[in-house]
Amino acid sequence: MSPIPWRVGLIAGAALVAASACSPAAPKTYQVTLHDLMFGPTPPEAHVGDTLEWANNDLFLHSATASDGSFDVELKPGAHVAQPLTKAGTFDFICKYHPGMKGRLVVSP
Amino acid sequence: MLKFIAPAAAISALIVAGAAYAQAAKLNDAQIAHIAYTAGNIDVAAGKQALAKSKDKAVRDFASEMVRDHTAVNDQALALVKKLNVTPQDNATSQALSKEAAAKLASYAKLEGKAFDKAYVANEVAYHKTVNGALKTQLIPGAQNAELKSLLQTGLKLFTDHQTHAEHLAASVK
Repeated sequence: MSPIPWRVGLIAGAALVAASACSPAAPKTYQVTLHDLMFGPTPPEAHVGDTLEWANNDLFLHSATASDGSFDVELKPGAHVAQPLTKAGTFDFICKYHPGMKGRLVVSP
Repeated sequence: MLKFIAPAAAISALIVAGAAYAQAAKLNDAQIAHIAYTAGNIDVAAGKQALAKSKDKAVRDFASEMVRDHTAVNDQALALVKKLNVTPQDNATSQALSKEAAAKLASYAKLEGKAFDKAYVANEVAYHKTVNGALKTQLIPGAQNAELKSLLQTGLKLFTDHQTHAEHLAASVK
């Protein structure tokens, strides 16, 4: 192997590292689990562009329904449903079938 | 002589109550599974009656939820007893529940419109309260098998949520 391509490779690698360090945080996927008629914890640091995955591990049909109408996700037993987070804010949500089930989702810009 | 009779009567009443308690406490898992399954089925039947009779959207939504949720628990209960190779065993509590439920279904069949909605929802509040009490004080503490106990605990959470829902509905169906 000649020294020149090796050096080019090294520079290209350094450029890649620099590029990834400068770009905004990569979108993340967070899971919220439903079990035994309860919503599990929501992510503490979700941002617009991230994705929430609702995982209904319960025997029952549930929903994740925002009180302000921002979202209404139907969750069949065993279903995993991805919800892209497109709006910043604090969203209180319930299961419309089991109104005792409550949660709060905070999405930062 | 009378002085002796009174305490004796009181004591025998206590013994009878004690025997009834002992009998209740002696339910085995096959009987507990039967009672829980029967209790669920009764609510499914009541929900189906409401779906056939009621025209109120909130009442119909609630009835659909009862049918769906209790069917889901009972399907799980059937799968569990099959897995455990247990045959649910009929017993006096199941029979009393079924008898009372059959009488209610027959009397509500004669009601129409708002009168039916009110009777159905009021009974759902009372029924869920009764079953919650039985689950808490008798069925869950009495269950020996861990999986049965866990399913009954899920049932209790479900019945508690349904009771709250029924109470809210009762306030709006007037």
